[in-house]
Amino acid sequence: MKKVYSRIDEIAGNVVRVTAEGVQYGELATVKSAHGTSLAEVIRLSGNQVALQVYAGGRGVSTGDEVQFLGNPMRVSFSEDLLGRVFDGSGNPRDNGPELHENLIEIGTPSVNPSKRIIPRNMIRTGIPMIDVFNSLVESQKLPIFSVSGEPYNQVLARLALQAEVDMIILGGMGLKYDDYLYFREALEEGGAMSRTIFFVHTASDPVVECLMVPDVALAVAERFALQGKRVLCLLTDMTNFADSLKEIAITMERVPSNRGYPGDLYTQLAQRYEKAVDFDVAGSITILGATTMPGDDVTHPVPDNTGYITEGQYYLRNQRIEPFGSLSRLKQMVNKDTRADHRAIMDGMIRLYANYKESLEKKSMGFRMSEWDNKLLKYGEIFEERMMDLSVNIPLEQALDRCWEILAECFEPEETGLRSDLLSEFWPKQRESA
Amino acid sequence: MKQTTGQVVGVSGNMVTVRVQGQVRLNEVGYVALEGERFLKSEVIRIRGDLAEMQVFEMTRGISVGDEVSFTGELLAVNLGPGLLGQVYDGLQNPLPQLAEKTGFFLDRGVYLDSLDAERQWEFTPKASPGDVVTAADTLGTVPEGIFQHRIMVPFNMNGRYSVDWIAERGEYRVDDTVAEVRDERGGKHQLTMRFQWPVKRAIEQYAERLKPSEPMVTKVRMIDTFFPVARGGTYCIPGPFGAGKTVLQQITSRHAEVDVVIITACGERAGEVVETIQEFPELTDPRTGRSLMERTIIICNTSSMPVAAREASVYTGVTLAEYYRQMGLDVLLLADSTSRWAQAMREMSGRLEEIPGEEAFPAYLESVIAGFYERAGAVRLADGSHGSVTIGGTVSPAGGNFEEPVTQSTLKVVGAFHGLSRERSDARRYPSIHPLDSWSKYAGLIPHGKTEYARDLLFRGDEVGQMMKVVGEEGTSLQDYIVNQKSEFVDAVYLQQNSFDPVDGAVMVERQRHVFDLLFEIISAELDLESKDEARQYFNQLRQYFLDYNGAQWKTDKFYEHENAIKELLKERKTGIDSHARQFVEQAAETVGSQG
Ligand SMILES: Nc1ncnc2c1ncn2[C@@H]1O[C@H](COP(=O)(O)OP(=O)(O)O)[C@@H](O)[C@H]1O
Ligand SMILES: [Mg+2]
Repeated sequence: MKKVYSRIDEIAGNVVRVTAEGVQYGELATVKSAHGTSLAEVIRLSGNQVALQVYAGGRGVSTGDEVQFLGNPMRVSFSEDLLGRVFDGSGNPRDNGPELHENLIEIGTPSVNPSKRIIPRNMIRTGIPMIDVFNSLVESQKLPIFSVSGEPYNQVLARLALQAEVDMIILGGMGLKYDDYLYFREALEEGGAMSRTIFFVHTASDPVVECLMVPDVALAVAERFALQGKRVLCLLTDMTNFADSLKEIAITMERVPSNRGYPGDLYTQLAQRYEKAVDFDVAGSITILGATTMPGDDVTHPVPDNTGYITEGQYYLRNQRIEPFGSLSRLKQMVNKDTRADHRAIMDGMIRLYANYKESLEKKSMGFRMSEWDNKLLKYGEIFEERMMDLSVNIPLEQALDRCWEILAECFEPEETGLRSDLLSEFWPKQRESA
Repeated sequence: MKQTTGQVVGVSGNMVTVRVQGQVRLNEVGYVALEGERFLKSEVIRIRGDLAEMQVFEMTRGISVGDEVSFTGELLAVNLGPGLLGQVYDGLQNPLPQLAEKTGFFLDRGVYLDSLDAERQWEFTPKASPGDVVTAADTLGTVPEGIFQHRIMVPFNMNGRYSVDWIAERGEYRVDDTVAEVRDERGGKHQLTMRFQWPVKRAIEQYAERLKPSEPMVTKVRMIDTFFPVARGGTYCIPGPFGAGKTVLQQITSRHAEVDVVIITACGERAGEVVETIQEFPELTDPRTGRSLMERTIIICNTSSMPVAAREASVYTGVTLAEYYRQMGLDVLLLADSTSRWAQAMREMSGRLEEIPGEEAFPAYLESVIAGFYERAGAVRLADGSHGSVTIGGTVSPAGGNFEEPVTQSTLKVVGAFHGLSRERSDARRYPSIHPLDSWSKYAGLIPHGKTEYARDLLFRGDEVGQMMKVVGEEGTSLQDYIVNQKSEFVDAVYLQQNSFDPVDGAVMVERQRHVFDLLFEIISAELDLESKDEARQYFNQLRQYFLDYNGAQWKTDKFYEHENAIKELLKERKTGIDSHARQFVEQAAETVGSQG
């Protein structure tokens, strides 16, 4: 039996300090207070001074509470029994099911050896043209939705989860609103996916530290399933809450902030989670779709900014549409060479014209006379938004590509498109005979 | 000599504080014994009294106060010798594929493998003879490594003069076999093998003279080679917001750059991006040699989820290997993606050391460290008269895409070329998204300066007209100005833009760049008979169409000439003379060519 310490020297925010010996860095302890027992993790050692981060928070902890070290780092139970269940960030059940203690696995383990990774190759078809045509999603990709709060990012996530052909879904909720949690449950149940889903949910009213645990716990479990050959889709929403928890803790630890209060290792912290996305050659894969809300719709805010540098692209959700600017799938070129000969050219060509449309629109809003060319662009832009960008559009890739050509033919002469002649002669819609 | 030891007294993040018994050096390597069975490599980064602060190159989970630390007396160093080419290392020169054989999918802590294959036999040919007097970096013999003659040199840390007592005869040897015996001036004997160590944070300076970087390093990216060239032995940086195309630019440069050896340092960015290189390079042939690209490449891979301290070391590991191959008279290109992650690693350590932070919490010495790194690039004349070079290209990932931040600014002060990427351009899919107006280069390029200056000038004027049109509208713009704008858009569309994923247009060799630029120049310097703006727009649309098809055609095929003729025909239809503005540039260009010839 490990020794019990019954004196806490210091309590600041969620961090407590005790005097103890033989403690390991990263080790777990329990803190027993009047409100119940919480897990705590060793986050600094200095001589016999041990700083612990209390998962349930420092509120209500007393200097006389008991601290007992467990001799192991944070772990979570891993088995098929997790499927269909709901847990909190510490791995305790949130539903009425039993607690799970078998087969404990460590979380936050070392990363995959880059030489064991393989080049992703499977496109995930979503039926959303702004994704399939312009920024194809690929199995094992890590990709968040950048959004202002209020946009239906959770709806889009749920839609992608149901449309994607994966073996299982792990949802990590951070600061998730209860309504949103219920929404996910309902959507997945209706879609018949609940039995292959695991929830790790931290809600806005739960302790901050538990928010930090959610991605690690979710991804540790995902990694094990992937090693067993499962194609796992991990949904992390909202990673901005995760980053804000990091910030809160860094500030209590009196660490020098680097940018708007966020700690200097924000990039590394986020990367350690997102980089868990992987495609194993002889096993399964982890795909990570996240949500990152942008405070003040500012993409240069440290959270979306650092995220964008880590993830393999992002879908920019604004006005209930996936915007072509700002949206990016960095893995698209892995898959769009094998779809259809016109895919790549259409993908860039349509967006270049859309950029021109935006310019004409700006000129128009300033009251300038529209040239013939401007008018063509204006027509194009409107049609493009309506028939391609609208989220209600749900068509397969090939149909979407055909639709692109139709739009081009409706608006432009072939040589105005900037596309190469060989493609134009193959794909440009022939004049309909009746016309 | 008694080995220095110590005990852990504190742990915070990836930093441990150690109470030391005995002498310890700054930047010395030590090992923290984790539960007595794993030894975690660490580096001393500060010494105060008998306390040494060490950054641990591994996850620190599980370390306890009281854990034993042993010091090596050696600075953080890399192994130099034949067999480096084609390897994939982590930031500390651990071979990753071999590591995977040992530990499987995941990077296990405390496992360090030999960075050179000790069993491999190398065909050694002696170059020195008994009785020769040699100094550090002199060639003792050579072994073929890929397409190169790898020089087996006197270790760079051997000061003074040595006479050769014995040299191995021609034959097969392993890296640790003795290939020479030399005697120092005091009569001390030294046995030399094909391998030695060199501390990564110290520049290798075994050359006769540093030269001005003057020869262009061809990248086959038109915009770079024509407008913002890089010189062999020079330095350049690519700052840009995320998604603007920094990594793609480096990837294509690593494939197509006309250099002997390429060292790719994936520093704190995505693992997936390196995987592409690791898996594709062995399959790709180097057009210059007909051999696999991997044979001339070294990959240093310390991606974002790998330990931060090793990330800091990785750029030094890369540049040290680059300098080593430079010593063989080779042109080496070091690409680092991203130097900001390296700077952030320094920031993390500085924070743990509780140093007084500078701007954005970066350490106050950031600027001098960045300058010191780029200073390791250079073109040199070696003692034997041959020339070698290290070119360094680093990406910068500024927070919020704003170049007014410490890493970008410190870098801009020291590099010779600036390829600034622009969000507007990448949003509009104008790749490579190098900003044609803001970027600059101090090096000389492939194409006579006068002509490129005219094209640049046209881009500036075109942009001005474009801005003006936003204010006064198309109707308020003169036809002449409108044509200037059309011409500059044309240059952008058919010359600056280049899709890296296009099988033909993705990489354009020098000869073709020159040829195509001449035709482009003919078009943009022409006085054109165009009646109206609509006509001008249609005319340039047509030209653009032909030119894009031209760019897509294989060099000097029938198709290529077919498109070329179509362009020339179309130009002839409307060309009435030479644009007055262009004339002076053309004359200037002629003068420069004249004075060169
Ligand atoms: N030169 C290029 N040609 C075509 N596409 C490009 C080019 N550069 C970038 N891209 C596109 O932009 C994406 C992001 O580029 P990347 O180099 O990864 O950005 P960064 O490293 O600046 O974050 C790529 O995945 C690719 O789709
Ligand atoms: Mg990049």
